[in-house]
Amino acid sequence: MSVLTKQEWIDLETKVAELRDLCMQTTQWGHGGHWGGSSSVADILAALYFKSANFDFKKYDDPDRDRIVVSKGHAGIMLASLFSVLGSIPREDLKTFNLTGSKLGVHLDSNKVKGIDASTGSLGHGSSLALGMALAGRVQGRSYKSYVILGDGECDEGSVWEAAMAGANFYGRGAENYITIVDRNKCMIDGPTEKVMKLEPFADKWRAFGYEVIEVDGHNFPQLINAIETAKADKAGKPYAIIANTLKGYGVAFAEDNYLHHYGMYPPEKCVIAREDLAKVAKARLDVAKSFKKDTVEVEDLAGIKTITKKDWYVEEAK
Amino acid sequence: MAVEITAAESTKLATAEIFGRTIAELGEKDSRIVCLSPDLQSSTKMGDFFKKFPERFYNVGIAEQNMVGIAAGLARAGMVAFASCFSVFMSLRCLDQVHTDVCYQNVDVKLIATHGGTSYGPAGSTHHAIEDLGVIRTLVNMTLICPADGLETANAVKAAAATPGPFYIRINRGFDNTVYRNPDYGFQVGKAVTMAEGNDLTIIACGSCVYEAIQAASILKAEQGINARVLNMHTIKPIDTEAIHKAIDETHRIITVEDHTIIGGLGSAVAEVIADYGKAAAFLRLGIPDKWSPIGAPEDLRAYHKIDSAGIAASGSEILNKTVETGGGNGIDAGAITQSVLEVIKSALTVAKRTLKPGDKWDDEV
Repeated sequence: MSVLTKQEWIDLETKVAELRDLCMQTTQWGHGGHWGGSSSVADILAALYFKSANFDFKKYDDPDRDRIVVSKGHAGIMLASLFSVLGSIPREDLKTFNLTGSKLGVHLDSNKVKGIDASTGSLGHGSSLALGMALAGRVQGRSYKSYVILGDGECDEGSVWEAAMAGANFYGRGAENYITIVDRNKCMIDGPTEKVMKLEPFADKWRAFGYEVIEVDGHNFPQLINAIETAKADKAGKPYAIIANTLKGYGVAFAEDNYLHHYGMYPPEKCVIAREDLAKVAKARLDVAKSFKKDTVEVEDLAGIKTITKKDWYVEEAK
Repeated sequence: MAVEITAAESTKLATAEIFGRTIAELGEKDSRIVCLSPDLQSSTKMGDFFKKFPERFYNVGIAEQNMVGIAAGLARAGMVAFASCFSVFMSLRCLDQVHTDVCYQNVDVKLIATHGGTSYGPAGSTHHAIEDLGVIRTLVNMTLICPADGLETANAVKAAAATPGPFYIRINRGFDNTVYRNPDYGFQVGKAVTMAEGNDLTIIACGSCVYEAIQAASILKAEQGINARVLNMHTIKPIDTEAIHKAIDETHRIITVEDHTIIGGLGSAVAEVIADYGKAAAFLRLGIPDKWSPIGAPEDLRAYHKIDSAGIAASGSEILNKTVETGGGNGIDAGAITQSVLEVIKSALTVAKRTLKPGDKWDDEV
């Protein structure tokens, strides 16, 4: 079964490279941003908005389009950057991020940015919201998908599990089109998730709540796309939860997999280094895609496709 | 097509049942309407809607936050979502969802908050909602209504369905005393209803206290011809500023009455209008003082908190004795009120029937 064409993959890599670099610049324009959790979720957002979801910002009011609720609202800076890559938010507007009078703040306002499906920021709300949208689709006779993107840390919130229970309960009443994706970067503000508040066995929790779980590498497009397309096909007879294993601060050597890089603004010289790192990662990832031997990635190819992480491109300088 | 609830029927129905009948009727006219309940389908009387439109009804289990979140999601996708649970949970437990998912996004979610005030008196303070008006009225985009009885509840629910944006309608548990015999009295969101004319003082009430205020006014009138104006301030937000200004100008004395803490609710909302107006008025807030209420039957608790007809009439003596310092020429000398008015108040106290007898001990006093 084919997952995506080589060209689609290359296009995704090209766009996500632009996206991460733009987001890093936006943290400078906005004098701060949630770079860590934004970079971890970037590939998930890219897979949805650039490929798998039926979303065209020019038709944001199309009632049949897919809905995407980014429950981890602090990734707003990445989402705004993505809307800028799409062409929805002009670059000049993105440069006002966080600034007085801007329509773009840390947590995006769904009434100010067209196409943003929910005003999130208070954690643990997105699942209920996205589920409500899925249920509405059923009542209205529409078949759009409703995605929620959760942070793993926010799964400490009880409301996430209230919604999870309801998602399984309302399978057949709209939740067939409800897809949960967790950005499992294993970090939260005060430390690793397993030290602050244990989430494991995380996949088992979702299974116990009645979900078909797919675990993927969240920085590997063929795996991500395959998981999303599988969930879209709705063959399991229950809602899908995709656990995307990611790295906080992905793509910047000094930030990758370091919970301390949650929010902030790097000094300009450090930002230059960060952008150089991102360029190296982008090139390494593009090389993987370009060197793929066939025109189309099939399911059986997935196991052999490498995920690029710091160890693949970063050489620590000798002191 | 459903038949509208008649006045005669309304006296035989609990307020929540009237809500249930109304929403079922509205569901026929508007296919966008969906209902949600957290395992309270029976107590909040959404069952009528469920029977007619099972595909547009969601029982979310005992998960109020999730209910409000799903309602907001449904509304974002084009539905008009009515979600109902006890007021105390709606206003406090799901406040974050009400704040962000509903009000910030400014969506068509209509919250029907039942068991308002101390109307579920025996259940104790875990189930009394004495803070909700104060909390909910601070929320941007929110319209807050506290209907006086069943027919007004039906009017409020219809208005909520017909008006875009978030609504919070606070109703009581069980039966309300009938205030209106006819649903066509000109209910309008944000416009107080004058229940009794008078220029000696104004009693501004909401919810179950409207009936009590009307009773108090007729006691005063019958005994000594004292004319108390009674305003049913069913909409707490946006509040009817004009009616309050008029009361200040024409009656100079205002008493507010609510089944709610005296902090933050109707009394505070009226106080803000008075202060902003810049004209002096003698003013008293009646409600639940800043302490936990005892348990008891709702009517007993109203007597205990002096927000029943006798209590309201009694507080008149206080306000009529009040001296208002006037900064300019607009004020009045409230201290100059005649002794005869005080006598009226005293006699009213003896006339009014009180379930609670003077000297009765309450559990929190023993």
